[in-house]
Amino acid sequence: MLLAQLITSYIAAACFGIIFNAPRHALIQCGMVGMFGWVVYYILVEQGLDVVPATIFGSMLVAILSQICAKIFKTPIIIFNVSGIIPLVPGGLAYDAMRKFVENDYFLAVQLSAKVMLLAGAIAIGLMFSEVVHQLLKKTFAWLHLE
Amino acid sequence: MSAQPGSVAKVCLLAGKIMLESGAETYRVEDTMNRIAASLGLENAESYATPTGIQFSTEGEASYFRRISNRSNDLQKIADVNSISRQITAQSLDAKEALLLLKGIQHNSETFPFWLQLIASALASGSFAIMFGGSWADFAPSCIAGAGGYAAMIGFDKLLEIRFIAEFVASFLIAVIAVISIKAEFGQYMDKIIIGAVMPLVPGLHITNAVRDLMAGHLIAGISKGVEATLTAIAIGAGVAVLFAFLPH
Repeated sequence: MLLAQLITSYIAAACFGIIFNAPRHALIQCGMVGMFGWVVYYILVEQGLDVVPATIFGSMLVAILSQICAKIFKTPIIIFNVSGIIPLVPGGLAYDAMRKFVENDYFLAVQLSAKVMLLAGAIAIGLMFSEVVHQLLKKTFAWLHLE
Repeated sequence: MSAQPGSVAKVCLLAGKIMLESGAETYRVEDTMNRIAASLGLENAESYATPTGIQFSTEGEASYFRRISNRSNDLQKIADVNSISRQITAQSLDAKEALLLLKGIQHNSETFPFWLQLIASALASGSFAIMFGGSWADFAPSCIAGAGGYAAMIGFDKLLEIRFIAEFVASFLIAVIAVISIKAEFGQYMDKIIIGAVMPLVPGLHITNAVRDLMAGHLIAGISKGVEATLTAIAIGAGVAVLFAFLPH
C-alpha cells in the first residue's frame, strides 16, 4: 500500500510541475519533493496523528527539501515548493466543503471549511518554518564570520 | 552605474508584471523589483504589488502603475525573470539589455505543449484518486474525467474569458463523466473519482499562498487571493452539485 502511495504521489507532484510549466530539468526534483512530503504525512496519519500536525511536518519537509534544491540548482524556491506541496494541499476537502454548502448541509460545510483553513494555516507554518531556520543559519554564519 | 530613472522603472515594472502574471508571491515580486532598482542605481525606490496591480515610485520622480489582468501559473517565467534579476545584481546586464531580455520572456510560449499538459492532468487526477483512498478501479475513470475537465477549463476560458464559468462547466463535465463511469460499472467510488479529477482545477495553491501572504503582512494581497480561491472553490462545488440536483436518487 505504501508503495502505491509513493508512486502515485511522485506522479502527481511531477505532473503538477508540468501543469504549472516548471522548467524541464526541475521536474524530477519536483516529484521527489512532493513524494517525501506526502509519505511523511501519510505515515504520521496512519500512526494515528491528527491531520493538522501531520500536515505541518509534511510541509516542513517539503520546505526543507525545496530550500536544498533551490540552493543546488540556483532556481527560485517556489518552483520546487509549489508542486511539492500540492499533495498536501486540502483541495479535496475544499471541494467537499463547497459541495456540502451547495447541497444545503451547512452544518458539515462550516465544519469542513474550518478544517480547510486550519490545514492551509498548517501548510503556511510548515513552509515558513524552514525559512526561519534558513534566516537563522545565515545570520549565525554571518555573525561567526565577523567575530 | 546610473541609468535613466524612467528606463530603470520600465525594467522593474516589466519584471514585476511577468512575475505576477505567472503566479509569483507578492513579497517576492516586491523584493525582486527593489533589488533590480537598487542595482541599476535607483536609490529609495518603493514598490507595492497586489495580485491585480503594481505601483512603483522613486524619489522626486513620477510614480508608475501597471495593471495585472490575467494570472496563471508559469514557473518557467518566474525562474527566467529571477535569473535576469541575478545578472542585473551581479552588474553584468544594463537596463537596456535587461528590458530586451524581459520582453523576450514575456512573449515566450509555454514550455510544455497542450497535449502534454492534458496527459499530465490525467495522470495527476488518477494518482490523486488513489492517494485519497480510491481503489485501482478508479484510476482510469479519474484520468478520463481529469483530462476532460482540464480541457474544458482551458477551452471555455479561451472562449468566454470568464474563469468562473469555465471552472463551473469543467467540474460539471467531471461529474457527468464520473456518474457515467459508475453507471457503466467502470469505477468503484464516485466521490474519489470526482475529487481526484477536480484536483487540477482546485485552488489549493491559492489558498496556501493567501495564508502565507497574510502571515507576511501583505494583507490586501492575501485577502484578494483568498477571495479568488473561494470563488474557484464555489464554481467547482456548484458545477458538481448542479448535476447531483438533477440526478434521481
